[in-house]
Amino acid sequence: MIAEAGLAILWLAASLALLQCALAITGIRFNRDDIMAAVRPVAVVQGVLTLFAMAALIALFARSDMSVLLVAENSHSMKPLLYKIAGAWGNHEGSMLLWVTILGISGAAIAIFEWRLDRRTVIATLGAQGLIALGFFAFLLLSSNPFARIWPPPADGRGLNPLLQDPGLAFHPPTLYFGYVGLSVAFSFAVGALVTREVGPAFARAMRPWILGAWLFLTLGITAGSYWAYYELGWGGWWFWDPVENASLMPWLAATALLHSVNVLATRDGLRAWTIMLAVVAFSMSMIGTFLVRSGILTSVHSFAVDPARGSFLLVLLAIYIGGALALFAARIGTVRQGNTFDPVSREAGLVLNNLLLSVILGIVLIGTLYPLVAQAMGVQLSVGKPFFDKTVGPVALLLMIALAAGPMLRWRRDDARLLMRRMALPAGAALATLTALLFLTAGAGALPLTGLALAAGLALASVAPLWGRNLRRMPLFTWGMVIAHLGVAVAVTGMASEAAFTRERLVALRLGQSVDVGPYRVAFTGVKPQVGKNWSAIGGVLTARRGGGTAVLNPQRRYFSDPVTTTNESAILTAFDGQLYTVLGERNADGRWQLRLWWKPLVTLIWLGGGMIALGGLLSLIGRVTREWRTERRRRRVAAGMI
Amino acid sequence: MRGMLIALSLLAALGAPIPLTAQTADADRYAYSELPDPAQEAKAHDLMEELRCLVCQGQSIVDSDADMAADMRALVRERIANGEAPEAVRDWLIERYGDYVTYDPPLGWATAPLWFAPFLLLGAGVWLATRSFRRRRR
Repeated sequence: MIAEAGLAILWLAASLALLQCALAITGIRFNRDDIMAAVRPVAVVQGVLTLFAMAALIALFARSDMSVLLVAENSHSMKPLLYKIAGAWGNHEGSMLLWVTILGISGAAIAIFEWRLDRRTVIATLGAQGLIALGFFAFLLLSSNPFARIWPPPADGRGLNPLLQDPGLAFHPPTLYFGYVGLSVAFSFAVGALVTREVGPAFARAMRPWILGAWLFLTLGITAGSYWAYYELGWGGWWFWDPVENASLMPWLAATALLHSVNVLATRDGLRAWTIMLAVVAFSMSMIGTFLVRSGILTSVHSFAVDPARGSFLLVLLAIYIGGALALFAARIGTVRQGNTFDPVSREAGLVLNNLLLSVILGIVLIGTLYPLVAQAMGVQLSVGKPFFDKTVGPVALLLMIALAAGPMLRWRRDDARLLMRRMALPAGAALATLTALLFLTAGAGALPLTGLALAAGLALASVAPLWGRNLRRMPLFTWGMVIAHLGVAVAVTGMASEAAFTRERLVALRLGQSVDVGPYRVAFTGVKPQVGKNWSAIGGVLTARRGGGTAVLNPQRRYFSDPVTTTNESAILTAFDGQLYTVLGERNADGRWQLRLWWKPLVTLIWLGGGMIALGGLLSLIGRVTREWRTERRRRRVAAGMI
Repeated sequence: MRGMLIALSLLAALGAPIPLTAQTADADRYAYSELPDPAQEAKAHDLMEELRCLVCQGQSIVDSDADMAADMRALVRERIANGEAPEAVRDWLIERYGDYVTYDPPLGWATAPLWFAPFLLLGAGVWLATRSFRRRRR
């Protein structure tokens, strides 16, 4: 009953999306206020209905209704409740339903809250939203119905990949989807502005919170996903340049560029065409991201659902949306007036450099990710991975760090190159001093990580420069956001470079009682014991790690899941103030010794701390911007009321 | 309950020798353990990091639990231990498995666009930016 109701609600929501789109087009085309007025309520109802459909699916998973095909295939009656619920979006159909749900709610939010922007632009934006939603509704209803029944219902269900039974991962996909959908909202705004030719600061201010929000979620999603891969996959790596990781990195890069260019548009009314173009690119990247993940076209550790037929459906959608957006851009951008100009040495120019370098990185990642596919189509089998991206993205990223250090020190419109040099002297000195010290103290570390560490030291100093000589209490929240996010980049890069340069690895086979040195620790293998969880059993190793006077016990496990039969390694990690000791228990050799994999990873935690700081910076900026907008709006209304 | 049984049988297995998994010790010795010489191990590690596990989905042989990755690790370590240069080991593997085996695609006709793309992108970006500045100043 719940499943049928869910399906009916989904069809209803889809027809409302069609209506929303048709009303917006007719209303704007014939300039009819009464028709345009109907668009907002339709968007709200559509959002509420998609929310109901998603709730229905979650209810089916929570109740383990095995007569629903999706539940039978992806859930298990013995699974803990959290993973039953997370199972609702841990599969192809459910995740696409989540996509349209978030899209629907965003549309409703625009309809309810966006009153400052030109009315026709808002209606055009909602029309574009309806159009995007329509494609995904078609995809859901025609080729991936999440509510299909199965008869006879199986007793227990086929379970879920044990790798995915992890609290971090239960919330990783929805976080990224919030980001993807946020970018689609920014794109809808861009389409709206192109339709009504109202590309200016008001439009930028309306679009900015959505970009900030999307970027915030993408940052969180990528950071959490990276930490999940680090502790769950059991090999100590935190980024693999895997196609699906790249699929989340590309929208993030585009969103980061867009976030900075939209500030130029909002503050100085410059970079109009470029900002619109970036909004199109960012949306295209989130579509490509969804396509790469959901089609399973690229073999990767993430491809839990592989289905080429759905892939072609998504590819057609992708072509229609991106092609349509580019066509609209080409047709209309000539009529958008050029924005304000600026000097080659100015805050705007710094942000142009930021956008340029981010776009180059984005291009490299895109080409590197898709190149194996293209080569395969031409009959050549090849792989592109970490060595390629290190050599190409690495140096550009270092340049970007320099631009990042200099940017906030520049004044809007016009600045003096010599003054900039003087302001940069201290950070540059710090970077040079760090580099010299590192060259003397460490031997054999690569040039890329050492330069990264040096630049991170300079950047850390430069990023707090906006705080100097200012009244910290009166500084706006979004300036705090910028400072914290930029400092977060320095922190994250320090972690990445330190992990790359100074990691110590030991792969050994030990008998009980033996010990081994790794980094600052002496690790003794003191025991083995069986352990049991709700749906797994395990062998656990007991390791005693000694450093100075202190000891700690680590318990890495090999876990055996019964449904489906799988073995996973549960790493045990000891976090110290200056890094992590990462331990994995392997198999038992024929001679009775146990294989152990041990790593000492100095400062590795800074990677995710930095990611968290970047996200926090985004959050502060978002709150700062929204409250300021809200205050000015309230003031404007008061003034208007007083005049009447 | 079933989990408990498996745990118990595992516990039983701990005490007894396991003939089924008894391995030819020498070939597999280096699959899960390092070379005694740290310098050689570092060389082997750098090479293994850029070799693709052929039966996995997008993992290097350093990061994989698959048997084939283990065999390849053992092979790389043995050859490095015998004094072969990492480049020679890599070339031998490429000859045997094709370019697919390395994540660092060798420069050739098929990969030239890939390797030159970053320079083209950077050039195009700089050209676009300077052009827009010049137009603005006019």
